[in-house]
Amino acid sequence: MPVSNPPAKSDRTSLSKKSIVPGQQVRLKPGSVAQRTIASVRDEGEQEEDDNQWEAKSLLKPEDQLNLTEVELKEEITRILKANNPNAPQNIVRFNYKEKMYKLTPHVEQLAIHFQMDGNLIHKDSEEAKRQMMTKKEETSTETEQEEVKEVEVKPSADDDDEEGGKKTAGKDKKLTNQFNFSERASQTYNNPARDRFTMTEPPPRSNFSSNATQWEIYDAYLEDYEQQQKSAKDQKKSTLKAADKQKVKKTNQTDQADDMLKVSRSAKILERMVNQNTFDDIALDFKYYEDDADEFRDQEGTLLPLWKFSCDKAKKLSVTSIAWNKKYSDLFAVAYGSYDFLKQAKGLILLYSLKNPSYPEFIYYTESGVMSLDFHTDYPNLIAAGFYDGTVAVYNTADSSQIAKYSSSAKNGKHTDPVWQVKWQKDDIDGNMNFFSVSSDGRVVCWTLAKSELLFTDVVTLSLDNTLENPDGGVVAALGCGTCFDFNKQQDQIFLVCTEEGKVHKCSKSYTNQFLDTFDAHHMAVYSVAWNSFHPKIYLTCSADWTVKIWDHTCKDPLFTYDLGSAVGDAAWAPYSSTVFAAVTADGKVFVFDLNVNKYEPICEQVVVQKKKTKLTHIAFNPNYPIIIVGDDRGNVTSLKLSPNLRKKPKEKKGQEAPKGPEYEIPKLEKILALVRDPETSAKP
Amino acid sequence: MEGQEAETQQKDDTSKRHTYPLIRNSDMHDEMRTEAMELCVTACEKFASNNEGAARMIKETLDKKFGPAWHVVVGEGYGFEITHEVKNILYMFFGGSQAILLWKCA
Repeated sequence: MPVSNPPAKSDRTSLSKKSIVPGQQVRLKPGSVAQRTIASVRDEGEQEEDDNQWEAKSLLKPEDQLNLTEVELKEEITRILKANNPNAPQNIVRFNYKEKMYKLTPHVEQLAIHFQMDGNLIHKDSEEAKRQMMTKKEETSTETEQEEVKEVEVKPSADDDDEEGGKKTAGKDKKLTNQFNFSERASQTYNNPARDRFTMTEPPPRSNFSSNATQWEIYDAYLEDYEQQQKSAKDQKKSTLKAADKQKVKKTNQTDQADDMLKVSRSAKILERMVNQNTFDDIALDFKYYEDDADEFRDQEGTLLPLWKFSCDKAKKLSVTSIAWNKKYSDLFAVAYGSYDFLKQAKGLILLYSLKNPSYPEFIYYTESGVMSLDFHTDYPNLIAAGFYDGTVAVYNTADSSQIAKYSSSAKNGKHTDPVWQVKWQKDDIDGNMNFFSVSSDGRVVCWTLAKSELLFTDVVTLSLDNTLENPDGGVVAALGCGTCFDFNKQQDQIFLVCTEEGKVHKCSKSYTNQFLDTFDAHHMAVYSVAWNSFHPKIYLTCSADWTVKIWDHTCKDPLFTYDLGSAVGDAAWAPYSSTVFAAVTADGKVFVFDLNVNKYEPICEQVVVQKKKTKLTHIAFNPNYPIIIVGDDRGNVTSLKLSPNLRKKPKEKKGQEAPKGPEYEIPKLEKILALVRDPETSAKP
Repeated sequence: MEGQEAETQQKDDTSKRHTYPLIRNSDMHDEMRTEAMELCVTACEKFASNNEGAARMIKETLDKKFGPAWHVVVGEGYGFEITHEVKNILYMFFGGSQAILLWKCA
């Protein structure tokens, strides 16, 4: 049942609820909405009884309404609303007792109420509402539900306060809502699912301890402590001087410091190498990856790419007298520094460089006399044998931190009397002792054996004897053959070649001392270097101050090849990767690389590698693993060079076959070339 | 007679000497050990005739300084077998007759 409003207690003349602003003009049209509202308000009583009538909106005319024609209705009549109430009297006169005369009252009530309606709602916090709620609660507790319903039905006719109370009782516990406009919504938020996690920490480590605390134990403990104190006091007295103690403390401090330095040194070394890797990054990349593309268009010839240059201030005025790669660590090599000038002999130096740190040597050994030769041990990469200008030989151990040689020959135990031009490690002897050979200008080839604490020597060959035998006339004059270099055959290590300053090459055997198996008149001047081929057991090469490099068969008196290089040849070496490749360095600063397989007559590479003129190249060494060589000059510099692809040609791969490798292939390769040379010779000889 | 006197004198001498704290067993860190030892000395000197008070004081101070669950025994004669957290035990003698044991075990 719709809840009806109580009849409006309004003036008939009211236009709307809106209060009218003073002075505002409102133009009213006859029959407009305002008029209609007035009409509907007036007839509310009837409408209430019949809803249909309300819906039909048929207008009811009051009886006293003027009947106007259409034209009259359309006529606009202007009215002006003013703040003054037109109905208010303007001439009210009252008697003023104070002044005892009638007076016009100027202020008259101008307010006119056109429409007024009291609402049916009261504030819930207001006293009235509270009171109602109290009373209704009491009522509902006693009344039945039916009664309640009935009351609700009855209520509408009652006055508005009661009606509200009825509403409240209907929704007893519900909150008070706007009865005309409300809705209830319910929703549930999503709850994240809960999950259990647990862990357990390890308890702190514990241990057990048990003892007995008794008076006698306490006493004993104190007594023991007392005795110890007495003892230590006595000891202190005995050690009389406190200064001595202080010194001890100092010493321990020093060792501590040294230990600290050791701790740091390792990380410092790593850091140093990292810095070097950064600064020489491009060179390192060249070393690893650069292949000269131009080789393809150069036909047979190749080039050498300079990589790192190793130079050290300490070795500035010395010349490189020997170079050797370490056999185990292929980035490490040793350089011997001395002087070839008889008049300018100075101190010597042995430096060990690593390719990983081109700026500073890994190890430095200072020597009293110029170093003329050195060699790394094959099996013990930390042992270096060195020969000196004053004739001594020595063994250095890089694993020791000391500067002093581990073994050294002296005047008492068979030291050479002239410069030691070459030293070479040999396999351990039957007793398992390490041993090495040395050759010197004094004409002796000596085998040195490393016994427990000393160096034992055995003369293997004395060159002088042979000389007198060979040349009886000059025997008295040239009593000594001055040995300059030697090399052991790689397959039969009892056979070795010794070369002399006179240009001779003697083939000797360890088994027959003081007797030459053979003698070749190889060169006109001093032989600087001799080397067996890396693969072929019969072939060796010699190089000499007479500008030539010669290749020999040790069973043959004449050289197989002779190359004139136009300057004294300081050193020559076979490549470790091919039987036909060898390289030589000359006094005019050039490096020559030959590959007999490619060209039997001309070098495939001839390149000046020194920066200043008049720099002599003295020594050369192939790296056993990488395609690089190092060359030393007489200004103390060592330069590493990368061989371009043409200089290290591998045999061509045949289809379906693996690339031939090793001595099985390399020996026939060289043999094939040698056959070409030998045949005309042998045919020419008879 | 003289010899006896000398002996007694020596005894007195030693017993006098035996008042310093003597650590019998400890795996504490040096810093912690010296602190604990000094604490025991002050506690035992403060409660010279009240072992319980001394033990209480040591325990409470240690709990504050090194975390809870310390156990302290102060006495002149007792035997014990305890389980302690590693690096948290001190067994010492003091005053010539007192044995103080303190350990941590939670």
